[in-house]
Amino acid sequence: MSAVAVDGVWKFYGDFPALRDVHLEAAAGSCLALIGRNGAGKTTLLRIIAGFSRPGRGQVRIFGNPPRETETRRQIGFIGHGISVYDELSALENLTLFGRLYGLADPRRSALEWLERTGLERVRNGLVREFSRGMRQRLAVARAFLHEPAVLLLDEPFTALDDRAIAVLQTLLRQALSERKTIILSTHQLREALELASHVALLNRGQAAFCGPCTPEMASDPGLIYARYGEG
Amino acid sequence: MGFFRQVLVMAAKDLRAELRTKEALNASLAFALVILLLFSFAFDPTEETTREISGGLLWIVFAFAGALVLNRSFARELPNDCLDALVAAPISGAALFLGKAVANFLLVLAVELVSLPVFGIFYNVRWTSQFGELMLVLALGTWALTVIGTIFSALTVNIRLREVMLPMLTYPILVPALLGAMQLTTGLMAGQPIGPDTVAWLKMLIGFDVVYTAVSLVLVESVLVG
Repeated sequence: MSAVAVDGVWKFYGDFPALRDVHLEAAAGSCLALIGRNGAGKTTLLRIIAGFSRPGRGQVRIFGNPPRETETRRQIGFIGHGISVYDELSALENLTLFGRLYGLADPRRSALEWLERTGLERVRNGLVREFSRGMRQRLAVARAFLHEPAVLLLDEPFTALDDRAIAVLQTLLRQALSERKTIILSTHQLREALELASHVALLNRGQAAFCGPCTPEMASDPGLIYARYGEG
Repeated sequence: MGFFRQVLVMAAKDLRAELRTKEALNASLAFALVILLLFSFAFDPTEETTREISGGLLWIVFAFAGALVLNRSFARELPNDCLDALVAAPISGAALFLGKAVANFLLVLAVELVSLPVFGIFYNVRWTSQFGELMLVLALGTWALTVIGTIFSALTVNIRLREVMLPMLTYPILVPALLGAMQLTTGLMAGQPIGPDTVAWLKMLIGFDVVYTAVSLVLVESVLVG
């Protein structure tokens, strides 16, 4: 069974089809890099896979189940464009809150563990609104990984990250892959993405123009995929 | 984690965030007190007139001051895309909604409980004569206000003019509940307990709360996931 299966998904905004009959699969332990120009539908597709939005037609399955089922949501970790943590709460309060919402056995202990792993232990009681951008981003990474999700959905995860946050994220993603977790990441930073990716999907105007294994040829020349399957 | 624990976690989060910033609470309280003060100077009412308008005046103030709290309910989730993280979490939309409604209820109730003594002083009204029944009406009317306000706060969260849209959508629906709360409060302020002639308003208020809470709990998942 695929970890993530996208089957004939359409999404309309008014009459405009943002996604058109998209079929994708990601096996457990694989990393799928979702690439495409701005407006190609990457974020829309990731939001549908994460269960934030319903497809107009078609369906998404995470380990065979719809994404909105409670148990399925427990298996998904998502990093979107925003950091999804509260400015008015401290780093520890934020992670403890999400630990509670995900039903972790000891939310405070898990929160402290992830603060340490992301290098934020020293500022654990500081309010997030007082954090630097890099610290906020590392906290967002900790929030997404806190409940040890089996599927990680990352929407342009490397955009605007500082060096330290990129290093933390890459380490965590490699570790997740070694633990046979599934990663789907949308990105414009092809080189970073293709270093991690086992598979690549190119979205072009809402359609999956290419979906297949990431070859060494693609990894060494990221522009090749666009040249061959995209609009050039 | 059980449903009610999820509700408590959500309510505690919202209350903690609001008490740290006091954005909505300060605005709501200031609005309520200023309106009460202005009306006391504008009308110079006699004791009889005050009794007649007390229910209407108080609930108009509560409804408008409450809107300032309710507007922030889901808008608080917009910075940093926090709503995505809540929708992604394995808690039901109903628990998320109810947690927010409970937090809003407590905040609006706090504003009302501060406003009542101020009303008593400015308008020379002995508002404590039917204290227990007044608190019951206050709780039922405030729950009606918060349950409708919270569901419409979720519905309008992504609309650019949500501060305008929220009152426009909520007040027409709230008319029956506000009418009931006003009628009951006017009687209680005059020292008359709820009797056979006013109990129908109480039943209507309870029915309103039950029906709209149930409808909101059923619909909230569709409101949150587009």
